[in-house]
Amino acid sequence: MSWLTDLLAQYGDDFAKAMAETGYMMLVSLLSAALIGLPVGMIVFLTERGGIAENRVVNLIANLYINVVRSFPFLLLVVFLIPFTRFVMGTSFGTQAATLPLCFVAVAIYARLTEQILREIPPGISKVARASGATVPQAVFLMFLPEARSGLVYALTSAAISLLSYSTVLGVVGGGGIGDFAMRYGYQVYNDNLMYLTIVIIIVCVLAIQAIGHRTSVRLDHR
Amino acid sequence: MASDHPALVEFRHVTKRYRDAGSAAGDEFAALDDVTLSIQTGEIFGVIGESGAGKSTLLELINGLTAPTEGEVIVGGADVAELDRAGLRALRRDIGVVFQGVHLLSNNTVRDNVRLPLRLARREGTAPQTRRQQREAIDEILAFVGLSHRADHFPSQLSGGERQRVGLARALVSRPPLLLCDEPTSSLDATTTGEVLRVLSDAREKLGTTVVVITHDLDVVKAICDRAALFEKGRLREVIPISSTGPRSLPSYYDQVKRELM
Repeated sequence: MSWLTDLLAQYGDDFAKAMAETGYMMLVSLLSAALIGLPVGMIVFLTERGGIAENRVVNLIANLYINVVRSFPFLLLVVFLIPFTRFVMGTSFGTQAATLPLCFVAVAIYARLTEQILREIPPGISKVARASGATVPQAVFLMFLPEARSGLVYALTSAAISLLSYSTVLGVVGGGGIGDFAMRYGYQVYNDNLMYLTIVIIIVCVLAIQAIGHRTSVRLDHR
Repeated sequence: MASDHPALVEFRHVTKRYRDAGSAAGDEFAALDDVTLSIQTGEIFGVIGESGAGKSTLLELINGLTAPTEGEVIVGGADVAELDRAGLRALRRDIGVVFQGVHLLSNNTVRDNVRLPLRLARREGTAPQTRRQQREAIDEILAFVGLSHRADHFPSQLSGGERQRVGLARALVSRPPLLLCDEPTSSLDATTTGEVLRVLSDAREKLGTTVVVITHDLDVVKAICDRAALFEKGRLREVIPISSTGPRSLPSYYDQVKRELM
């Protein structure tokens, strides 16, 4: 195991920094998924034809955002957004700046997942909402969200894993993070062991996210 | 039914046409065709007819989920078509509805499912109840449908008949003057149907609720209805007075087998 302690001694600090960068990107992008993506997905669901707040224009706009962002290969989106990132953040380089395109994707992914999960709520629940004189916010908070909560948690898990994977690309704009670490300290300098080790650590992270998400989701589900 | 009771629901020459999705543009078919009838306060009114006769449309017209193409629907003295959105919501909160599929919230306990209408009412201040009053109302209505022991269970733990009774408790908890039931017993067997009918009959006797029940089961009509309207392809064929025999008189499953098969 001496190679492991050697690696740790040599790269420990850089690795810790990379992990912190990944953690930051994940946290901010997941927050935007939950705080913006979920409402956008809910809006798509509510404004659909036959939805309880049917509205074609709003539905079209929300759908357009989701589809356009999801159409971009992620690397191209990052490059495409550089001028915008510079305008908003003052710089287009570094972890914080790199998080912006990740948030765009996070919102789009989670909005679509949210819409899909809400569609699986039996249509009878919408019927009850209508027939019992619920306002749209009442239907959302008292009926749709409680009914969908377990699926929404599970979808957030899935989004988190996708975002972890997306975040590894952000090295190109100086985003850093664990994927960038594996490329620069491992692959590019022929330090294969370090690269493999990093990949194993990423796999462990994914397994942990999946396990936590699965357990939480099951606990919330009474169907 | 005594005619000195005022009409709670009135249909005046009501026609409802839908665009026929299956045929050429502009084609329409009438789900209801020139229907005039009135439902008296305090009666149990059956609506019978084959599928596609317009029964469900009739129900959706009463709580304003759909608007008539022609004619007027008057509920509690107000023309449903004249109501604004807030007025419609208020009307719907005064009308309990039970569907064939019940549609309970699966992640809520029985108690929380039943609480739903009370929480909806709170918003526009129509029923400013304290938590304690809410709790009492829920306990009372659960006892009424015979499900006090199930209050903290989830819908997936209940039988079909129990779920239907939770649906009834939810519809009745805010003591609406009018209860609409769309095929409330069609997925139930004879015994559980009897339990549901007992609740409907008690709702009229003890809570004073007027009940409109859509059904294709003539035994249901015979057991609890005062009158029944027979629909045929959107037209009101006849309103038949029934001398109901009570929910207890419902034929048992064995009786049904004997009648139909032996």
